Amino acid sequence: MSHTHDRRISVEALARLEGEGAMHVQVTDGTVERVELSIYEPPRYFEALLRGRTYLEPPDITARICGICPVAYQLSAINAIESLCVTPGSGRDRGLQVPDGIRQLRRLLYCGEWIESHVLHVFMLHAPDFLGYQGSIEMAADHRELVETALRMRKAGNQLLEVIGGRAIHPINVRVGGFHRAPTRGELDALVDELTWSRDAAIETVRVVAGFTFPDYDQDPTYVALRPEAGSGPVGATDYPLEGGRVVSTTGLDIPVEDWPEHFHEEHLPHSTALHGRMRGGGTYLVGPTARFNLNADRLPDELLELATEVGCSPPVTNPFRSIVVRAIETVYALDEALRLIAAYERPEVPAVPVVAVAGVGHGATEAPRGILYHRYELDADGLITDGVIVPPTSQNQPAIEEDLLGFVQSHLHLDDERLQWQCEQAIRNYDPCISCSTHFLDLTVDRR
Amino acid sequence: MHDGIGRPTVAVWKFASCDGCQLSLLSAEDELLRIAEEVHIAYFLEATREVVEGPYDLSLVEGSITTPDDAERIRHVRDISTTLITIGACATAGGIQALRNFGDLDAFRSLVYARPEVVASLADSTAIAEHVPVDLELRGCPIETDQLVEVISAVLAGRKPVTPTHSVCVECKLRGNVCVAVADGTPCLGPVTQAGCGARCPAFARGCYGCFGPTESPNPASLSAWLEEQFGVDHPELLRLYRTFNADAPAFRSESRRHEEVAP
Repeated sequence: MSHTHDRRISVEALARLEGEGAMHVQVTDGTVERVELSIYEPPRYFEALLRGRTYLEPPDITARICGICPVAYQLSAINAIESLCVTPGSGRDRGLQVPDGIRQLRRLLYCGEWIESHVLHVFMLHAPDFLGYQGSIEMAADHRELVETALRMRKAGNQLLEVIGGRAIHPINVRVGGFHRAPTRGELDALVDELTWSRDAAIETVRVVAGFTFPDYDQDPTYVALRPEAGSGPVGATDYPLEGGRVVSTTGLDIPVEDWPEHFHEEHLPHSTALHGRMRGGGTYLVGPTARFNLNADRLPDELLELATEVGCSPPVTNPFRSIVVRAIETVYALDEALRLIAAYERPEVPAVPVVAVAGVGHGATEAPRGILYHRYELDADGLITDGVIVPPTSQNQPAIEEDLLGFVQSHLHLDDERLQWQCEQAIRNYDPCISCSTHFLDLTVDRR
Repeated sequence: MHDGIGRPTVAVWKFASCDGCQLSLLSAEDELLRIAEEVHIAYFLEATREVVEGPYDLSLVEGSITTPDDAERIRHVRDISTTLITIGACATAGGIQALRNFGDLDAFRSLVYARPEVVASLADSTAIAEHVPVDLELRGCPIETDQLVEVISAVLAGRKPVTPTHSVCVECKLRGNVCVAVADGTPCLGPVTQAGCGARCPAFARGCYGCFGPTESPNPASLSAWLEEQFGVDHPELLRLYRTFNADAPAFRSESRRHEEVAP
């Protein structure tokens, strides 16, 4: 590897991510010594500015952590807070119960966000890497139909968000206890044609992206995902994880969300304003579509699992570059699930149940498009927040992404600097990192000595 | 500055923010490919690796200034941009992260980070216009895609964009919404908030929470007094009402400060 002596690659900014960061690779005498994914997105101190706010405010405030997955923030916050709320006169100590119609709407809203976010990532952020384009706008010059299909699918997801959430980015209709207004059956039925068209387009997308060329690379990390109890969802729902469940891992972990702090923690390292997630005992782990798929494939409808097998994407998926295929499969799932939920929708009698807060500590987690998003709030007797902890998916993935890159660079040092740099960027995009979330773009430097 | 085939060049910049406003450009599903034909998207990291060196005809700036490096970077962006438009509440008023302007940054930093000394932050989160001259501000948390398309079209045509400066109340009347404050006693910032969203919240039976910031010549003290008298909204609640996504916009800032003074 003598040709790698004294070579230095640097890129000012890694594109097609949400947020700002940098990557530094140190190669000495043909050995990759260190990889740092450094996130310099300016910190915004959400956990601190939530102190003293009321228990009703986190859904709106934490939505602003991320413009791509605001629903994830809203629903994780709601899970945590509703675990500390009751309906007056219900006879319960804590733990709010909401009717099925509201639960259907929450899952349906989340399907809208998965569709919008996954289609954005599959077509506009990640596919250009596989097809050799700088970005989706350049890609559109040669693959106009592909980009137009993507835009139409995204629009179907965004319309679902608009109708239920009142706005696609930072929905306004979500509240502790339910919604401000529940859509009518007719308003949801009006979405069915475009969702059905998009479902067919998504099935075709699975076949298209499964035909891409994937760099040779396999790994064996610990995957962590949510897993709901079978049959615990609202009427019309199937059991793939979205808006809740237990926390499970490929190493045998199976815990309720409230046990999260006993098993996971975050470290602050100098090179990053995103905290690094670790499992207690030191191990790194991965959350996201591949983790969900590998741990919950049995929860997918048979015909979708058959499609996955047909395109050579049976679980477990071990090549992180194939995450684009998993994202496409999950897009089909979200569209199908949305159609099932609309068919079963029963408009709730009231859009929200009455709530009062109970002092204590509440935990909540949901599956954001990029993986588990965990919230914890401590409330006082007046329902004011005295402490808040938010653990976004990208902070959890950051140490494992670094490990993954180290292995990837080591086995691809034969590539020239330009090619290696692009594939490193592509490898980072495998995880669809949302850096705005975790700070908390990337600037890549490969230092070869 | 125009590209090789005579199209104006556009750059999209990010400072402290959630990405939602620049995502609004990618969410212009019906217009995006047309826009990309009419302008050369020369710098837009969220969408493409391609970086065409400036200067640029139009810069869209998302996010607020919160670090010493960003305070330098925005001056560079201004230097290489003919027209600079801020997009969204962060760039226009400091955003939700400007809540720290009312608190103590060191305390905030220690709360979130185990090693606060390695995190570089300015004491305040500030609007772009506090650092460099801004040609136009687009309000919203997030901005509305149709307003963004209108502004880009207007800049291309060399005309003034049509963006309303009246209040959300006018939009409610135009939409035929029942007034949530009068009918339901729901606290609503509609009378003091700039239009632009089409009165989304009242259409969903919810009070406006001020995503577009203060309208021209607002009278928030009068609104607060009315909410207090009619519905018993207390000072801590009024303080919180003004102190969200446009907390540091002058009219909202001074009104929330007033309730700080009288709160028990």
